[in-house]
Amino acid sequence: MLYETSPLALAIFAAFVGGVIGLSFYLGRKGQSAQAYYAAHGEVHWFVNGIAFAGDYLSAASFLGICGMIAFHGYDGFLYSIGFLAGWIVALFVIAEPIKALGRFTFADALDSRFNSRGIKLAVAISTLVVSVFYLIPQMVGAGDLIVPLLGLPHWVGVVLVGVAVTLIVVTAGMVSTTWVQFIKGSLLVFFCGVLAALILDRGLVVNAGRPGEENLAPQTRTVTRDGTVLVDGAPQSRDHDLRPVGTIRALPERYAGKTSTGPLRPLEYLAALEDSTIVTWAPTKRVDEAGVHTTYAPVERRGVDLLKPGGYFKGLTTGKLADRLDFASLMLALFCGTASLPHILIRYYTVKDAAAARKSTVVGIAAIGAFYVLTLYLGLGAMTSGALDPTSSNMAAPLLAKSFSTTLFAIISAIAFTTVLGTVSGLIMAGSGAVAHDLVENVLGVRMTDHEKVRCGKLAAVGLGVVAMALGILFRSFNVSFLVGWAFNIAASANLPALVMLLFWPRTTKQGIIAAVTVGMLASLAWILLSADTFEKVYGISRDLSPVPFSQPGLVTIPLGFLVLVGVSLLSPPAERSAPRGRGSR
Amino acid sequence: MNNPQNSPGRRLGLALFWVYVALYAGFMAVVLFRPDLLSLRPFGGVNLAIAYGMGLIAAAFGLSLLSLFFRADH
Repeated sequence: MLYETSPLALAIFAAFVGGVIGLSFYLGRKGQSAQAYYAAHGEVHWFVNGIAFAGDYLSAASFLGICGMIAFHGYDGFLYSIGFLAGWIVALFVIAEPIKALGRFTFADALDSRFNSRGIKLAVAISTLVVSVFYLIPQMVGAGDLIVPLLGLPHWVGVVLVGVAVTLIVVTAGMVSTTWVQFIKGSLLVFFCGVLAALILDRGLVVNAGRPGEENLAPQTRTVTRDGTVLVDGAPQSRDHDLRPVGTIRALPERYAGKTSTGPLRPLEYLAALEDSTIVTWAPTKRVDEAGVHTTYAPVERRGVDLLKPGGYFKGLTTGKLADRLDFASLMLALFCGTASLPHILIRYYTVKDAAAARKSTVVGIAAIGAFYVLTLYLGLGAMTSGALDPTSSNMAAPLLAKSFSTTLFAIISAIAFTTVLGTVSGLIMAGSGAVAHDLVENVLGVRMTDHEKVRCGKLAAVGLGVVAMALGILFRSFNVSFLVGWAFNIAASANLPALVMLLFWPRTTKQGIIAAVTVGMLASLAWILLSADTFEKVYGISRDLSPVPFSQPGLVTIPLGFLVLVGVSLLSPPAERSAPRGRGSR
Repeated sequence: MNNPQNSPGRRLGLALFWVYVALYAGFMAVVLFRPDLLSLRPFGGVNLAIAYGMGLIAAAFGLSLLSLFFRADH
């Protein structure tokens, strides 16, 4: 669909981005040490850190991807919400306190705290970079998706804008500015999603989104010709001749017989009414011929009861194929294990003063993130029935839902979504910057640096990562952002979690075991992803039947593999190499 | 040598962790092996899929609060 540029949206967006960059420059003027750049002096208040956790974690995948997936496929998007939040239980009960006690600036500090091994630092730094890059891709894709309707600019411009803004935020004041950007973003995101959910409940369910007539249910075809021209139903696409927005209620439950609207509903009442309604969703079918690629979007009437149970996106849950079920189980395991293995989340534990603050900030984070994920269900279902969906882009569901209420809300939600990307990407760039400057350059290569040089090296690394992020965001444009984040979680869980858990709970863990587990977990999950049917189809553009691996999500195999490798290699290593609980400062 | 993993607070945290693992695994088991149950409406309005999903989110918050309460006690 083509979108009109809104001057108001532009103004709010500019104010948000200008505000956070201005704040970063202000914080950057207060002088910087390596401790400030990488860990915000370790003096961030636990409540601020908790909300910043939410700002760090609630990425484009959570906001744009999950809402879009629920809007297009129903309940299955909510499964991501459940998995994403469950991972915080691992973080709180298993990881939070030890990681705070063991580390200083980076995740590698914690894993290497008992060994002083270059091999561990190298393996963990590379794993941090790989996970961060995989996590960066969906954030940048989401940024590009937002910029199209918000400013009427091409997708790549959004990617470049985010890349430049985030790089500025990180290089001005490092973790200090990153923390405050994430705090502001986390607060705004949860608050305005709450506002949007309240408006959805107040509107209730409305037949055909309040539009008269049946003509809106006619199929529509988008054609991209060989020379790149876009046609809609055979005629060139323009603002006057475009795809119609979709997603409506066809019929309300019997208890609303004779009415076209339910009126305001309470939260559980809304879900129950939707379950008893008939909803029109739109399914694409693709055809390629000499003229180009034709995608026809046709309406499908579905019962609410079918949309509010698993199986809309994860088709294997209904077909009963074993490989599809294993694929789903593997994803949910990776989401559960992945959160506590994400380097950009783990480094946030170094910004508070002690283990108690780490614990309290995690609980605040769980409260904010949990509230947000409950809201995603309402946002997604609200978008599904708003009559405002773009049938070509699931990632635009939440902003377009806001547009169905008012242009002002659309502008605010889009600007917040953009800030969402800024908050998460700045955390990822910080994690990557620490991995390059602190782990690789200083600890692995042994380059001696003054405090000032450490900060400068980190900033140079941040600029480099920003450029890489922009390139990948443009390359992976057509992917659903939640899908891509699933990959990042798989790699993080496979590479990092086995080493971290065994270091904490198994005294016979050796440095060789950790190096082997991180390396094998990372390479195995990466190789599995690159050989998966999803990658064959969506990245290489070849038949998914050629894939040699039985299902696409690797976690079910590669997470246990990481544990097995660690145990096996540790048992084969000399006893002198075993870990002893010495704690921070023993390096 | 004192192992910090054996402190009462850590043991409580790990116990709560396993409680949540059981809840999460139960949900996965229903989704994977008895998806038909998810359409049932055991609590009236919403189906089991919604109720269990929301319950897992609420349980995460409830258990985290519980741990904070008991750790403060210690």
